[in-house]
Amino acid sequence: MKLINLVVLPIIVPLLIGTVLLLFRNNLTVQRIGGIVGALLTLVISVVLLTKVYTDGIQVVTLGSWDAPFGISLVSDMLSVLLVTSSSLITFVVLWYSVYALGEERERFFFYPAVLFMLSGINGAFTTGDIFNLFVFFEVFLMASYVLIALGGKRIQLRESMKYIIVNIVAAALFVITIGYIYSVAGTLNMADLSVKLGEIGSMGVISTIAIMFLVVFGIKAGIFPLYFWLPGAYYAPPLPVLALFGALLTKVGIYSIARVYTLIFTTDVAFTHDILMMLAIATIIFGSIGALAYMDIKKIIIYNIVIAVGVILFGFAAFNTTAVTGATLYLVHDMLVKALLFLMIGVLILITGKTNLREMGGLIRHYPTLGWTYLVAVFALAGIPPLSGFAGKILIIQGGLEGGFVWQSIVVAASTMVVLLSAIRIFIYAFWGSEKPFQVPPKKTYSQYMAPVLVLFALAVGYGLFIEFLTPYFLEAGRQLMDPSFYVNAVLGGNN
Amino acid sequence: MEIMMAIIAGFLFSAATYLILSKSLLRIIIGTGLLSHGTHLLLLTMGGLGGNKPPVVGEGVTVADYADPLPQALILTAIVIAFGVTAFALVLAYRTYQEIGTDNMDHMKGRGEID
Repeated sequence: MKLINLVVLPIIVPLLIGTVLLLFRNNLTVQRIGGIVGALLTLVISVVLLTKVYTDGIQVVTLGSWDAPFGISLVSDMLSVLLVTSSSLITFVVLWYSVYALGEERERFFFYPAVLFMLSGINGAFTTGDIFNLFVFFEVFLMASYVLIALGGKRIQLRESMKYIIVNIVAAALFVITIGYIYSVAGTLNMADLSVKLGEIGSMGVISTIAIMFLVVFGIKAGIFPLYFWLPGAYYAPPLPVLALFGALLTKVGIYSIARVYTLIFTTDVAFTHDILMMLAIATIIFGSIGALAYMDIKKIIIYNIVIAVGVILFGFAAFNTTAVTGATLYLVHDMLVKALLFLMIGVLILITGKTNLREMGGLIRHYPTLGWTYLVAVFALAGIPPLSGFAGKILIIQGGLEGGFVWQSIVVAASTMVVLLSAIRIFIYAFWGSEKPFQVPPKKTYSQYMAPVLVLFALAVGYGLFIEFLTPYFLEAGRQLMDPSFYVNAVLGGNN
Repeated sequence: MEIMMAIIAGFLFSAATYLILSKSLLRIIIGTGLLSHGTHLLLLTMGGLGGNKPPVVGEGVTVADYADPLPQALILTAIVIAFGVTAFALVLAYRTYQEIGTDNMDHMKGRGEID
């Protein structure tokens, strides 16, 4: 069977299953099974798509067969399909965890459909080849995320979700304004066509302005300095499974969008645009580090680690050479896996202690050795200690940075490793070592139910590091495609579709 | 005409900014509504105002003198999205008001430690 519409399926499948689930609101079993099966099905499809993109090159679908610059095209290149696959994987594991960890009253109010809609929007944003369509998919997953952040209606959730929504409405307005500007300059919204048209126009003041406006729009989503102000507060509010999804996926869509427009469209004035991106990336790392060290609250510590990782990945894309971009892609996928893992582990910690303040924890290693040691390994992976998964990406990012002549910036990135290690290992030292503090003893069954998805994700994250050799070809391909826009452009405009 | 539209859009933006910076939640939401109106007008203007030219290329109409229909399609999409988001924000604001007992953003500050 020739699956020419394979690209559409990771978007359509969760959307359809989510819609069907809306009809079975009162049947919790159907909700749970439907949610997990939906995510699993999306994962299987995206793995098939991944192998297809690897063997056959970039996949393009023009919706309604309207040819490329006129209709909306969906484009799966290596970067996008890798992100689609890891998003689907993480959604699957987090949904599995939610069955035990979320609590029935939340599950009954459209939790599973909302997560599937969010997955649909995220996959769409990763796949679309049209800048206005990107806006639409942004709104799709944002709408679902509004539901998820407010779901449960706790005071703190309502308070924070209100701010989150207002920030995002303003960002959406800015996004549309920027699209209006770029349309008036280039007369097209297709990203491949934009790449060609802006390449012909060359370096021009207004184009650099638009590039920076896009950086602001996507930077609000990605959480770069100084636009991450909403992130720690908003992410703190929802329950942990939702936090894990947000932390692992949402900021990454912003990073992906920056990476996409800054490798495909705005490549004519690199000295200006990418330098600004570089400075902001470094500032993001520094301010994220300060936040990560400042708090004694386990959720806040990991949330600030998201900000640090955003800086590191964007540094890779700002250095703008094949080595750094390949490293950034590697690190992006690594960060999604490890952040989701850490949040889920923190969920188990909160289950055991009932607290989020480190000072009130201690001595858990004797009672929960599995959690303790896996957490330690996960922290090493987060920091990038070889042979774990963060290492390969970070070393390539730093190597690429040095190749590009960004010496002190690369040193900051390397030094951030220490901060990441220190901030996350404090949780290990305080919570697992030290004198025993009182904790609630959760039933053994609940504990093992929580731990099963955690251990699966742990195995995947460690495996991602240990068997990175087998995955490297995919990332090298992604780096090659990103650094040479002609692959993308030819696939969309001059291709065989 | 384009200049007129630009001025109107700019006026809407300034009014929206003023409202969004105020403390009352309801005013902020009205502000976001105005902001999206301004955005849509800007988008319309950015595509070029067609006047009474036909929106399709056909007999006797070349690409040089037709009204670009794309911005209107974009605006239609953006209006629907803005409508949905505003409706959701209004409901959430009402719920927040019921739960927290205030619509003053100053009273919604916090370090996130409550419940």
